Amino acid sequence: MIEGAIWRRWVFFYVPLTSFIVLLLFPFYWMVITTIRPDGELYRPWNSIKYNPFWTWHPTLDHIRDLLTQTLFMTWMLNTMIIALSATAISLFCGLLAGYALSRLRFPFAGSLGTAIFITYLVPQTLLFIPLADIIRNFRLGDSPWALILTYPTFLIPFCTWLMMGYFKSIPKELEECARIDGATRWKAMLYIIFPIAVPGILSAGIFAFTLSWNEFLYALVFLSSPEEKTVPVGVTSELIRGDVFYWGELMAGALLGSIPVAFVYSFFVEHYVASVTGSVKG
Amino acid sequence: MTFTTIAAPRAYVGSPRRGPITRLLEDERWLATLLLLPTVLLLGLFIAYPFVKGVMLSVTDTRVGVPGHFVGLQNFVNVWEDGIFRVAVWNTCVYTFLATVFKLVLGLWLAVLLNRHFRGKAITRAFILLPFIIPTVLSTLAWKWMFDPTFSVINWGLFRLGVIHARINWLGDPNLALISVIIVNIWRGLPFYAITLLAGLQTISPELHEAAAIDGARAWQRFRHVTWPLLLPVTLVVTLFSVIQTFADFQLVYVLTGGGPANATQLFATYAYQIGIGTGLLSQGATISLAVFPVLLLVVIFQLFYIRKAEVH
Repeated sequence: MIEGAIWRRWVFFYVPLTSFIVLLLFPFYWMVITTIRPDGELYRPWNSIKYNPFWTWHPTLDHIRDLLTQTLFMTWMLNTMIIALSATAISLFCGLLAGYALSRLRFPFAGSLGTAIFITYLVPQTLLFIPLADIIRNFRLGDSPWALILTYPTFLIPFCTWLMMGYFKSIPKELEECARIDGATRWKAMLYIIFPIAVPGILSAGIFAFTLSWNEFLYALVFLSSPEEKTVPVGVTSELIRGDVFYWGELMAGALLGSIPVAFVYSFFVEHYVASVTGSVKG
Repeated sequence: MTFTTIAAPRAYVGSPRRGPITRLLEDERWLATLLLLPTVLLLGLFIAYPFVKGVMLSVTDTRVGVPGHFVGLQNFVNVWEDGIFRVAVWNTCVYTFLATVFKLVLGLWLAVLLNRHFRGKAITRAFILLPFIIPTVLSTLAWKWMFDPTFSVINWGLFRLGVIHARINWLGDPNLALISVIIVNIWRGLPFYAITLLAGLQTISPELHEAAAIDGARAWQRFRHVTWPLLLPVTLVVTLFSVIQTFADFQLVYVLTGGGPANATQLFATYAYQIGIGTGLLSQGATISLAVFPVLLLVVIFQLFYIRKAEVH
């Protein structure tokens, strides 16, 4: 704690921390308040008198109703859910096996392969999306969920592998050796001794992978074109804006509802999530 | 010692009740090959192959539906002579530099604040990470609405506080647009810095601080001479990681301004998208997106060098 007078505590601790929290959370508050505010109140110029933007006395669910009935929002939610879950499952499977191999087994090129996977972890989508769009077109995967289910693992696997490697390294080798002395094969020792212990690590990686796939935008924007195939981020940004008109009530309702699955998962597994965020940059 | 030799796992390897596959998997090399196969296949198909393809596209004149011919380095010459590309280079550098500096400084500040004991610490930390976990595009839409020229709540606030008298056109004014976009990037990235740096701070033993305090070091001196040197490794890794992401940023700018007004916020990614996907000039677009590569290469080399060094210690 800060030593000295109470004013010092306020100046150096409470005021800055509160400002940070308010600034970081205000856009979400703004999302919520815009969603439930009737259109008549929404479109009042910022300099009009008697205008209180932070509160409404006439909350309405019209925007949410319009979003759910007049747009394909629920289809996008379903698409995103299927894609995010499948991509996460594939990535966890690959990352778990690769992480085990790279941290526990001795084989030629282990070091360079580990380095290669680490490098792919740093590759941004921006570098690859144009040739990848061409490849997706050639494979006839364009405009189908498979385009994303197969490409999302490219940025999820390196991360999962990296996280699992760190986790496996923390499990003592003796555990496996004991099992093998008792007659278990390598395969069984891995499957029945090491993987069950690694469940918390798998959970962390899975949650992080799920939120990353839910958030992805560039690939989804480029690889999908029909409105009913889109994911939430792409659908909300491209389909809810008709021409040059922004329906802010609906847009904010879409942003709010589209964030809920991620926020929901996050709220239950905050500690796992924080562990994976901090683990993701450990050298 | 003799006991271990007798009971060593190798003694079981050739036991007759095991099939050939099991025996094969007892060999570390075969097991490793099998375990790594799915990963190598996917990463090879969707990272290595597109990268090679991107390089090949950049030396041809391919358009959507039109197979190209080899044109050598013509695309690179074209791109280099393209005025908009130069603007994008400048914008991307400014964007990356300013956003990274502010994210680092503010993130470190927030991490130091969070490293104290106070009531509600866990919930505060959970809420602070929200800008990072909520889909960027969706929270960016909220910012776009907050920046709206006619209905901006920020303008309302500043007007009421007496700071401004006329409206500020945050995203429509070419001089302001880049700054507005940078603000949103800082807002989104700051929690990542704060949380990872906080994890780094928590590994620093409080006893070091106490010892320094007994020796008469003031709060700032303690930070400068105890915390900062110990935090430097984590800081470097976090910063490098974030520099690549910021340098290659797309979604934020795409939603807020689409690169406009008059290319004032055009970045590599948005320009590559506009040329490669928007107008279908695949080769030109691929060439532009390859501009991200040198920075990626630098960061990778630095990371590898750094990690090697860390492993030696």
